[in-house]
Amino acid sequence: MLGILLSNIPTFQLSAQDTSTIDRGVRIGIIYRPGVRPGLVMLPRTGMGLDSVRAIVARDLDYSDRFEVITLPGGDSIRLATSSTAPRGARTRRSGSGTAATGGAQGGTGGTLNYPLYQALGADFALDITAAGDTTVATLHDIAAAGIRRTVRVRLPRPGDADFRQALHRLADQALQAALGTPGIAATRVLFVKDGKVYQIDQDGADQKLVSSTDRQAMSPAWGADGRHFAYMEFQAGKGWLYLQEMATGKRTAVSTTGSALDFTPAFSPDGQTLAFSRATEEGTDLYTINVKNNCCLRRLTVGRFSDNLSPTFSPDGQRIAFVSTRPGLPQIYVMAADGTDQQLFAPFDYGVTGSSNAPEWSPDGQSVAFHRDVAGTLQVFVLDVRTRTVRQLTSVGRNEDPTWAPDSRHLAFVSDRSGYRQLWIIDLDTGRIRPLLQQSGARLPAWSPRLSEAPSTTP
Amino acid sequence: MKSVSLLLALGLGAAVIAAASCGGNPAPQNPTPNADSAAAAARTRQDSINAAQAEAERQAAAERERVANQRRADSLAALARSSEEVRSTLAAMIHFDLDKSNIRADDMGALDQKVAILQANPELRIRIGGHCDERGSDEYNLALGNRRAQSAKQYLVSHGIDASRVETQSWGEERPLVDGHDENAWSQNRRDEFEAISGGDNLRRP
Repeated sequence: MLGILLSNIPTFQLSAQDTSTIDRGVRIGIIYRPGVRPGLVMLPRTGMGLDSVRAIVARDLDYSDRFEVITLPGGDSIRLATSSTAPRGARTRRSGSGTAATGGAQGGTGGTLNYPLYQALGADFALDITAAGDTTVATLHDIAAAGIRRTVRVRLPRPGDADFRQALHRLADQALQAALGTPGIAATRVLFVKDGKVYQIDQDGADQKLVSSTDRQAMSPAWGADGRHFAYMEFQAGKGWLYLQEMATGKRTAVSTTGSALDFTPAFSPDGQTLAFSRATEEGTDLYTINVKNNCCLRRLTVGRFSDNLSPTFSPDGQRIAFVSTRPGLPQIYVMAADGTDQQLFAPFDYGVTGSSNAPEWSPDGQSVAFHRDVAGTLQVFVLDVRTRTVRQLTSVGRNEDPTWAPDSRHLAFVSDRSGYRQLWIIDLDTGRIRPLLQQSGARLPAWSPRLSEAPSTTP
Repeated sequence: MKSVSLLLALGLGAAVIAAASCGGNPAPQNPTPNADSAAAAARTRQDSINAAQAEAERQAAAERERVANQRRADSLAALARSSEEVRSTLAAMIHFDLDKSNIRADDMGALDQKVAILQANPELRIRIGGHCDERGSDEYNLALGNRRAQSAKQYLVSHGIDASRVETQSWGEERPLVDGHDENAWSQNRRDEFEAISGGDNLRRP
């Protein structure tokens, strides 16, 4: 069942390695450490019209890969609610005691839970979603403390409203924050390119939407740090044009100074003031920055002459830019100060042995740079540790390219043909769990949004 | 009257000769036509001779015109053929090795022909489009396609063509010529395309 595993492994292995599983929601890590993550149980409720709400929230919490989601036998279990396939990978911890779970859950509907029972099941948290009038109430129970950790009241948009799913994703993130003190990634989206057009999709694979506004061929979408706009490149009259577009309105404006050459691979600085990009001219391809707030101050950062410099990505503090340079012959990953000084090799490679390295993206926590590298004629996703400057290979099944970080710096979306055609996948670096983001051929050049900050309409 | 009898005599003489030339059986004696009929016959005969001559002249004139037209058409077609031939020579693609942008030795002849065409047609301006196969990185291929277009341009410029007459662009791997995922398709897709952007309507042969 595992098929080809780890055909191209570097000298050391990761705890979270790529696996060959293509089954939705099934976790087959190389090294799986059960019990490390806190257990979470979604309390079953029936007949309250909140099944889809629970299913969406439960799936978000599952996709966060931060919980061991516990299945209650025979009930409205997470796995059954969220997975269209048979729950092959579903596990209950200490399943021997699971028979009492249903009764326990029902016993918990009165406001207090049978905490010892859930503790016996291995749950650290229980999430209860109920409705009170037009308000949805999410209650997070701390099992060990035998009490309620936090209650969130939300007035949800109607199902089918544009913001309905995002409101639920924000609710899931609040539950995760309440449980672990860490922000989640449920309320995020991924931009990608398919058939020359830019699309967005929620991180759980729902609500795919076209955001391109012309029929011209587009490439390389890149999010602004506030998640409210993005930049991309469009072929136009033999040139590459850079555009900025607002997410909410779809309004787009051409970046000033674009249109005279082939401009591509835009990347925002974290403060949103600066757009770095690649410009191909008769001299080759070099990196430039422009101030997009004031539409001024075009600045050239590299002078390649006989080499190309492209694909910039800012460090989250805005001080440095990682990029691709062909100065060693094949393209490899370099780094420089954001003003273009102090250019140096970033991701080590063996001259004459290591293949081309491309498409770097700096992680939001600043500690890693993901990129892809040619290994034996196909591409694999690698991660560079910024501090130690060591690289590790993350994928090995099929062709894997163009990684993009989730805001939690532990999930990556990337393009893979492991299922037979190129589509988007998401891998969790901590557990090695991998899932398809969408089931459509031809999707590429993904860009994961920051946390989408629209405030949920929470009432105290 | 004299001429009429002369004609009559000639006509009779001809009839006798004709009868004699039949050989064998002696010809039956023709009834002697009266003078009016003979004259009418002669007139008719003369008319038909005149008509035949006029028709022949008309045909000759038409033929001369047809030939002239044909000659003109042939020469126009030859001109068009030559322009078309030049155009296709100009558009002939050149190809590249994997992840390379240097001009291959077997493509230099094709580029030399383009140099000659550009020299023979001073109004001609062209655009070179660099393309890549699908194996490389999508975004890096834009830089590589740019290198490929620049390589061809530099070759033309180093052979005397004004740089302002040659535009370049890169399509990366976005416009494959051949669909397919094997070396046959890839090798055809790693290419430069050449197109006239102005002055390319009537191309002179170098």
